[in-house]
Amino acid sequence: MDVTGLLIVVGKVLFITFVVLNFGAIMTWAERKQAALIQDRIGPNRINIGGFKLLGLIQPIADGIKMIMKEDFIPAGAHKLYHTLAPAIAMFPALVGLAVIPFGPSFDAGGRHIDLQVANLDVGILFVLAVSSLGVYGIALAGWASNNKYSLLGTVRATAQMISYEIPMGLSIIGIVMTYGTLELNKIVDLQGEYFRLGGIGVLPKWGIFYQPLGFILLFTALIAETKRTPFDLPEGESELVAGYNVEYSGMKWGMFFLGEFASIVVVSALIATLYLGGWQVPYVHLTALPVLPRILLGLISFFGKVVVLCFLQLLIRWTLPRFRYDQLMDLGWKRLLPLAIVNVPITAVWLWVLGGFKLG
Amino acid sequence: MSAAIAFWILAIGAVSTALGVVLMRNPITSALNLVLSLCFVAGLYALLEAHFVAAIQVTVYAGAIMVLFTFVIMLLDLGQVQDRIGPPEGLVKAAVMGLLGIAFVVMVAKSAHLGITIPSTSGLTPANVARAGGNTRLVGELLFGPYLLPFEIAGVLLVVALVGTVVMAKREVDPRRRK
Repeated sequence: MDVTGLLIVVGKVLFITFVVLNFGAIMTWAERKQAALIQDRIGPNRINIGGFKLLGLIQPIADGIKMIMKEDFIPAGAHKLYHTLAPAIAMFPALVGLAVIPFGPSFDAGGRHIDLQVANLDVGILFVLAVSSLGVYGIALAGWASNNKYSLLGTVRATAQMISYEIPMGLSIIGIVMTYGTLELNKIVDLQGEYFRLGGIGVLPKWGIFYQPLGFILLFTALIAETKRTPFDLPEGESELVAGYNVEYSGMKWGMFFLGEFASIVVVSALIATLYLGGWQVPYVHLTALPVLPRILLGLISFFGKVVVLCFLQLLIRWTLPRFRYDQLMDLGWKRLLPLAIVNVPITAVWLWVLGGFKLG
Repeated sequence: MSAAIAFWILAIGAVSTALGVVLMRNPITSALNLVLSLCFVAGLYALLEAHFVAAIQVTVYAGAIMVLFTFVIMLLDLGQVQDRIGPPEGLVKAAVMGLLGIAFVVMVAKSAHLGITIPSTSGLTPANVARAGGNTRLVGELLFGPYLLPFEIAGVLLVVALVGTVVMAKREVDPRRRK
């Protein structure tokens, strides 16, 4: 590989890492503001640099400095290596998951074809599933290595929950794969640029959500459960387990669990936007026909706009619903989501047979 | 060149972590070594352009089965097992059974083809695979085409194992004791 090609790849990697980490940090602020909005409070508004408060947006920076300065405490009975390793593993899926998600339209510049996607794997969706399935280890190690009964209970709950919801998650994606006939995320996004036609006029973009409304709800629910946030936050249920698996963590290690959690909200939003909401496509605008600069700008705005809206939706859900009871959690996963996800597959097959799916070579 | 470097890194990683599984005293460390080993092997698959197998390897083995293993180890709280390593009881028995098993596998592999003509793999270059619709499609077509019978047999075997587990776990199913 030549130097310019390498630089482009490095640039894309840095860009996506920058985006995830900053989105994650801003999400901590958005979460507080959102909570304040719902509870009729003001939220963080005190921290300022030279009098500039920026709506409290400096709060994440102050939090970061605080957490890095705090004492990093490892309990006496803990397994030092795993206790230290766990937060890093917990952050891994959130950072790597975005590698296969196309965040903008491809373009030609300087005689080379550039995809706005870090890695174009022909098993894109499966890569996301594979990486997210490794996220359990961070939680499992954290709880086990802390040598604390609350941590262990949190870990047991987290593991059971994540394994239970991975199954409906994988099954609900099958509908999308059947519809578009490919696992490659950039092809799925390309195909979502087409339209359902009525009298020769494109009326509705062929987005996944219109093909797979049930799949959209199922996958969104399963993914929210995977992020372990209210109403699925039993692993850290404060009223029962103090803070669950991260009770023995302090300083930036604790911060990494939370940064990972917020970053995974971003990944969830990006995946949902890519699969069901057309990715970087703008409805009724033929992006690939535009000149390079507006094409990229519109594509990026469209993709990250959808991501922001979905993040906001997740915050709204988090501050609206109460926590599930454990039996309700398992009921929802195994008795509601799983059968619906299985039924979704034959429904999709019939639907595609009637409607005619995408013809792929 | 870079493929060779990647291969050696992955291969050394896979073998050393596999040794770690057997040699480590702490069961959690062993389990995590196995996870790493499976991931390294997935890397080797990816290096061979078998992306589908690599992704499935990580999802199923590292992400699902090994999670359950670690889960069970954590719940049983095995701690260090150095006290339990004693003289190799039943080593002869285990060796004989192991050798018999290997011999059986070799015999099956040499004689029986279950009526399948194994498709030639010589034309499966990355370019050809991409032209034929990619990894996933080809694996699917092979699995549900020429290899359908072994695939179904493997499925039946898994069901047998599942039923066996249920039977062993629920040894005393007595209808009179149910309410």
